[in-house]
Amino acid sequence: MSGFDKKVDNFLRVFLNSGGYKMVLTGLKNTLIISVLGLLIGIVIGTLIAAVKVMPKYKTLPKVLNAICTFYVELFRGTPMVVQLLIFYYVLLPLIGMKMTGVQVAIWVFGLNSGAYISEMMRGGIQSVDPGQLEAGRAVGLSFATSMRLIVIPQAIKNILPTLGNEFIALIKETSVVSFVGAADLYVAFNYIGSNSYEFMVPYLAMAIIYIVLVLIISLCIRIMEKNLAKSDRRK
Amino acid sequence: METEKNDILIDVRGLKKSFDGQDVLTGIDMSIRRGDIVCVIGPSGSGKSTFLRCLNCMEDPDEGQIIFDNVDLADMKVDINEHRRHMGMVFQHFNLFNNKTVIENIMLAPVYTGCQNYRRENHKLFTPGNVKKEITEKAREKALELLARIGLEDKADVYPSTLSGGQKQRVAIVRSLAMDPKVILFDEPTSALDPEMVGEVLDLMKDLAGSGMTMIVVTHEMGFAREVSNRVLFMADGTIGEDAPPENFFNSPENPRLKEFLSKVL
Repeated sequence: MSGFDKKVDNFLRVFLNSGGYKMVLTGLKNTLIISVLGLLIGIVIGTLIAAVKVMPKYKTLPKVLNAICTFYVELFRGTPMVVQLLIFYYVLLPLIGMKMTGVQVAIWVFGLNSGAYISEMMRGGIQSVDPGQLEAGRAVGLSFATSMRLIVIPQAIKNILPTLGNEFIALIKETSVVSFVGAADLYVAFNYIGSNSYEFMVPYLAMAIIYIVLVLIISLCIRIMEKNLAKSDRRK
Repeated sequence: METEKNDILIDVRGLKKSFDGQDVLTGIDMSIRRGDIVCVIGPSGSGKSTFLRCLNCMEDPDEGQIIFDNVDLADMKVDINEHRRHMGMVFQHFNLFNNKTVIENIMLAPVYTGCQNYRRENHKLFTPGNVKKEITEKAREKALELLARIGLEDKADVYPSTLSGGQKQRVAIVRSLAMDPKVILFDEPTSALDPEMVGEVLDLMKDLAGSGMTMIVVTHEMGFAREVSNRVLFMADGTIGEDAPPENFFNSPENPRLKEFLSKVL
């Protein structure tokens, strides 16, 4: 195993002395920023779309909104994240003449993309809430939107928390493609270390371990949140 | 006395409703005066619940008018949310908000509408913290009073899932009372309860009736209808087959369908 020891030494040399750890920290920071902000944007977009989808549809406006939302969801579910990143960065931004950093682009694309997926989860979550809850809200004189916001959606989010956790985990792992638009994530950092030590085995293993640890921590957080939220329903 | 008699709270004219081509209500004309305790009975599928749910437009009527306090609720242009605040509704399955504690269930609508009214009156986008606090305090005081009335003060901070069916329904009733409604609609309030809990809910409803609340009750509790109501409606095939004071209704029914119905249930 002396060969492996040497590899570890090489890795540590670049990691500690040539600024590798700084890049890893930056990569970790970017990975977290992109996935957390992306998830938050996704939850907002997804909830709005889901609310449109469950709206009663005997007026024109909800029908039009519904069509737009369906188009949006199909568009973002039908193309890979990498393609969306590239199009946003190399097509959309030049077209509207805006400048954004790779990280900003990644945050928006991740948000828009996960919004499409979360909308479907949220719709399922909303439909799993007893319709009587919405009725009771309407019966005391709250509007559809207010009843949704105060009564139905909080219960829906609780119902879909495990799947929402999966979405977060998927987002974290998918950040490994953001280097396509020049955002410095974990992949960029460990690739740098690999290139400078002429040795890729240990850096990539270390990268895998960081991802696993991140995901484990998140799973734990979700479980704690679920436990806290479950206090309102002893019967389940 | 004469003016009180003519004091009509809800006037239903030509109410029709169908679901997917099936006529459920085929034309209902009736009115409810302030202080009326009206029980609606009839075989299942006769449209009792649909009739009740049309009164506060939980189901939108296809045709006809629901004149509540001089406003036609069936008109799609009226702000139905505004008017529903004056019509309490109690459901068969209680429908307490699962994500709110008992006291939050009672306070939710008063606090929300209180803040909303403040914003509208003062043309503000947000309710200032101190105003909201004041509204919340007032609502809490009232909610505690209401809970004391049903003997459940100690349950104020628990979630509905820990209550028994009878307790849930009593909380649901005081939740509708918290908005000071002009009328309360009861949709089979005791049908989902275990038999030993029916009494406590009916007692609360009797208490309400005694306090002069206008009530419309869809029910299978013939005893309650006979004892408490001042009018009993019999619904069959989407119309009102009989509308009479309980003594006439139960002792000398005229409608042949009602005679048949009563012979089965009494």
